Amino acid sequence: MSVKIFKINEELKEYMPQEIVDLEEKATWGNPKRGVMDLPYAKELVEEHSLCAGCPESAAFRYILASLPNPEDTIIVNSTGCTSLVFPHIALHTVHPLFGNQNAVASGIKRVLEWRFPDKVKDVVVIAGDGATIDIGLDCTLQSFFRQEKITTICFDNEVYANTGGQDSGATPKGMEFKMAPGGKQWDKVPMWQLAIDSGCHYVARLTVSSPKKVEQVVKKAIYVAREVGPTYIHLYTPCILEIGLNADQGLWEMRQRDKERFKFFEYMSDEAKEVIKKKKEEGLL
Amino acid sequence: MAKLGPSGYSPYPVAVTEGVLTPPPGKALMFNEIVDEETAMREAAKAMLTRENPTIFPGPQVLYAWNEEAKKKAKLIKEMAEVLGAKIIPMYDYRPKYPKIDPEKEINPNHPNLTIWHNKIKACIFIGVHCHYANVALKIIRAETDCFTIAMCSLAGHEDAMITLRDQHAEDLEKFIRIAKEVKKELGK
Repeated sequence: MSVKIFKINEELKEYMPQEIVDLEEKATWGNPKRGVMDLPYAKELVEEHSLCAGCPESAAFRYILASLPNPEDTIIVNSTGCTSLVFPHIALHTVHPLFGNQNAVASGIKRVLEWRFPDKVKDVVVIAGDGATIDIGLDCTLQSFFRQEKITTICFDNEVYANTGGQDSGATPKGMEFKMAPGGKQWDKVPMWQLAIDSGCHYVARLTVSSPKKVEQVVKKAIYVAREVGPTYIHLYTPCILEIGLNADQGLWEMRQRDKERFKFFEYMSDEAKEVIKKKKEEGLL
Repeated sequence: MAKLGPSGYSPYPVAVTEGVLTPPPGKALMFNEIVDEETAMREAAKAMLTRENPTIFPGPQVLYAWNEEAKKKAKLIKEMAEVLGAKIIPMYDYRPKYPKIDPEKEINPNHPNLTIWHNKIKACIFIGVHCHYANVALKIIRAETDCFTIAMCSLAGHEDAMITLRDQHAEDLEKFIRIAKEVKKELGK
């Protein structure tokens, strides 16, 4: 896709809503150095979101969309869940496949784009919840890693099936209780970041979204490595404040608590990934 | 709410379920009749000039300067609006808006009736809207409003519009503007 597609015809500009004119004039297209520091000044690629007030997922969305190095040539594949309510509002190409097969669809899209546009860089990023990535879609997720698909997978882990009332998921920690899982989770949380490493991902990170700059760094690293080497995986803690009984202003506090324990920052890079990251740092892109 | 019957559940335009299909090349569709393009243009201009709050809904294919044809069409649409005394309300993309659209400034294919109701639009022209979304919007407008719809499509046309003009490129828009000026004169406006 060309950025020209966002250029509004001068004759009809006066009829366009300001938010659309801003997308052309104030969004950070064509600038790989864009990042979360642009948020107060640049037009964001998500206008409004339909998540609950104070939802940490909405912060994750803002940081990720602000950090994509190549938004005009990025396709996001999402999945069913709270996140799927936001995708229709973002100013990028998104694809909503069946629940759980997001990595299979993303693989196909990436391969076709490489064939159709061999001279252009096109990034494919999967953004899905823990149910789609770790439970229902684990097969498709891992198979895409085994096949070394050049895609980035970002899991929004809220440790529960939140928008269906609170059932435990593979990502729920042992013993945690929810409204529809009153007996408590009987097994341990699936260490998806470790599965990703064992399955062939070249860059893996686990973190909360309490630090915007850190989210930007891992998103950029994951995308650059996926472009040149192979699959990458980011595991983000985005707690469901409703399901764990917190107020709208307590999401950040919750993430900061988990920063010290089960979501302590963790990063893995293969040797090829280290090379790419080193190169990008030298180019001033990281 | 209109009672659409089974066609409401069909993915196809309502007119298709009633056996009405798009016109052959060089012709136009007026309600369920195939007519000459000029006849249809004349009626379309008349509807826009005589009904209340005529409005043009340009879609992304003409709102954005993505090729030379789009740039030419944008100029002509503005001229067309001046000749017809019509408002322009853009359908700039197809994202559903949350919590709701501003019906004075925009139209959304997922609930186009809101814009038509709010502005009491009795005649409108769809131009530059991608066909699948034009079909969705025209079906909803046909079911929920009393608006006279005109589709100026650069491909095969839309059965659910009251008047369908197909293969409409810049030169056809110029022809329509010329006819609209004639009709305006005839109506003494």
